[in-house]
Amino acid sequence: MSTALVARKSSSAIGARLKRLMKRREAAAVLATIGLIVLTGIVNPRFLTGADAIRNLWLTPSMLMVIAVAQAVVLITRNVDLSISATLGISAYATGVMFAEHPEIPDAVVVIVAILIGTALGTINGLLVSLGRIPSLVITLGTLYAYKGLLIAWAGSNRIVPSDLPDWLKELGVATIAGFPVLTVFALIILICVGYYMYQRPSGREMYAIGSSPEAAELCGLPVRRRVPVAFVISGTLAGLAGVIYAARYATISSLAGAGLEFDTVASAVIGGVSMSGGLGTVAGAAVGAALLSTIDRALPTMGVPAFWQECAVGALILAAIVLDRVLAIRNERRLRVDPADGSKPGRAGEQA
Amino acid sequence: MSVATSSEATRVAIPTRVQRARRLLSGREAGVAALAVVVWIVVAIVVKGFTTATTAYYMGLDLFPIIMLALPMTMIIITGEVDLSIGSMTGLASVVVGILYSWGVSIPIAVVVAIVVGALGGFINGMLVARVGLASLAVTIGTMALYRGMAVGALGTEAITSFPNEYRQFVTGRLFGPGTAVPTMVLIFVIAAVLFIAWLHYTSFGRGVYAVGMSPKAAAFAGVESLRLKLILFMSSGAMAGLMGAYWALRYNSARGDNATGLELMVVAGALVGGVSFFGGSGSLVGACIGCIVIGLLRSSLRLGDVPEDAINVAVGLLLIVTVVGPRAMELLKLKTAELRLRRSGTGRNRATNEDAISNHQNQRKVTE
Repeated sequence: MSTALVARKSSSAIGARLKRLMKRREAAAVLATIGLIVLTGIVNPRFLTGADAIRNLWLTPSMLMVIAVAQAVVLITRNVDLSISATLGISAYATGVMFAEHPEIPDAVVVIVAILIGTALGTINGLLVSLGRIPSLVITLGTLYAYKGLLIAWAGSNRIVPSDLPDWLKELGVATIAGFPVLTVFALIILICVGYYMYQRPSGREMYAIGSSPEAAELCGLPVRRRVPVAFVISGTLAGLAGVIYAARYATISSLAGAGLEFDTVASAVIGGVSMSGGLGTVAGAAVGAALLSTIDRALPTMGVPAFWQECAVGALILAAIVLDRVLAIRNERRLRVDPADGSKPGRAGEQA
Repeated sequence: MSVATSSEATRVAIPTRVQRARRLLSGREAGVAALAVVVWIVVAIVVKGFTTATTAYYMGLDLFPIIMLALPMTMIIITGEVDLSIGSMTGLASVVVGILYSWGVSIPIAVVVAIVVGALGGFINGMLVARVGLASLAVTIGTMALYRGMAVGALGTEAITSFPNEYRQFVTGRLFGPGTAVPTMVLIFVIAAVLFIAWLHYTSFGRGVYAVGMSPKAAAFAGVESLRLKLILFMSSGAMAGLMGAYWALRYNSARGDNATGLELMVVAGALVGGVSFFGGSGSLVGACIGCIVIGLLRSSLRLGDVPEDAINVAVGLLLIVTVVGPRAMELLKLKTAELRLRRSGTGRNRATNEDAISNHQNQRKVTE
């Protein structure tokens, strides 16, 4: 730190910035992802050199990335949205049904309606959490059951097959721009938009404030009860969009669409450094976490590890991530603690030691 | 208002028998019990064949693992934590029983090992939550995946079946002879419930559970060792999951990695429907058990009414939302009207003291619960 301050400005400023970047929690997740990809590539070169290998590497995380970003927004406000997977399922199936049974509806309208369905379901969550002042885990557990049940009641054993869907949607699932999958570009654009909102817009910063301490936020005059539902609306809307991505990517949609994804989104966010107790972490971290999770999914079978052990690896990864967060938090706290004996300023005590 | 609350406080201190009865009837448990009765009556009228012994018997068998796991889960939720890994631990324990049996180990020993494995899983949860100081929600989502991964990894798509008949018959037996409604397992549930109720409501450990849930700091000052307490609770939850894993393997005659998937949500839903507060500090075992029974009634009746298995989830979800939001909405409404009345009475109170009175009232409620 001190060398960075003294020596040649231009080069060391970049160095310091790089150093700070490397110290960020997201860097750990990025390194883990790259490490996993390299390791898998060494064990089984086909993972990196096979036909479409690189494209698949980018394409696989696109959908999970979108809903992990959504989950991160909700987690940052010290809430959780377990119904996100059911929302995705309903939106995906709605997309399929509209294309299959109502070809007269314009394609753009179909996509918009599918996204709005997500918005509506998210609004219900937000209102229930905010008006009832009930833990969101309880509410969204209830709506997870309810939405999932609705989907099953609606879809039954029906199944949307690829021939029901328009060609452009199926092509979108595999299309690339300059070798880069379109769906992943979508996901990254969404990540940038949500990231901009969370870090630059005042209301986004308020989400962090609310998450770190709802009481303090209330005392500061922040509109806590109006802001929290917004997080759920964002999450529902993105889940709706992810439903369309699901339809494009898999082209086969049954009542099982999205089942179990709610925990994957929480896991991605946590692995990427988003704290479950709110106020900490970034949506970019959640996106990296999603990339890591989806890569594990594909890497383990390629390395010859039976797919059954994949869940085990995910669990271990989550635990490692939260333990790491805890260690970092303790270290940070120690660094910031004022030593009453010498009365030095916070932040300097640790550096001297 | 202040006079009223103080006299209420003295009444709370030494409740007479009548007041105690009145409180019992106006409490959350009574409400849930009434709901259970109403559901049962409606279902008995609407759904054909619901009142038969066979229906009751199968409902009992289905409900058994949920209601048994709700016992430790209720105590954990009262401390303000949650254990989402119980479904995975149950699955893992069933796999352990299966593997040990396939190695030629006798069933009773396999069951004991399953309980130990469960307790060990709970120990890991408890250490991470209590010692390392991590959020139980994050920890148990992690261990949920970890334990499930172990269970699925150990057996793959394989299933171990053909457990010895005598043990299977014991698990699926009926208390009063063939054709009657009550499964033998009810006896085991009653024993467990009595033990847990005594533990939570009649020991200093149990009072500590409420204290930790209401205010961890105050509990620490009062000498409650919350770390040890939470560790013990998570271990008991794991041990119970171990036992239920053994039950699962024997009842369905199948040890599979994906056994009991999603069980944790049923258990949490049951406890919450039964009035256990997710904020911690309030709730009772009786309420949680009745909550589980309501869910069980609903599920088995809808199943009999030819509602598709999974569409039943809508009903469970709505029930959860209604039972949690309903009383909360009533409470908020009551607060609002009380506030209005105070303001209209024009005693010159400003809003702050007003809110003081209201929050006093709330605190009183919390204490009495």
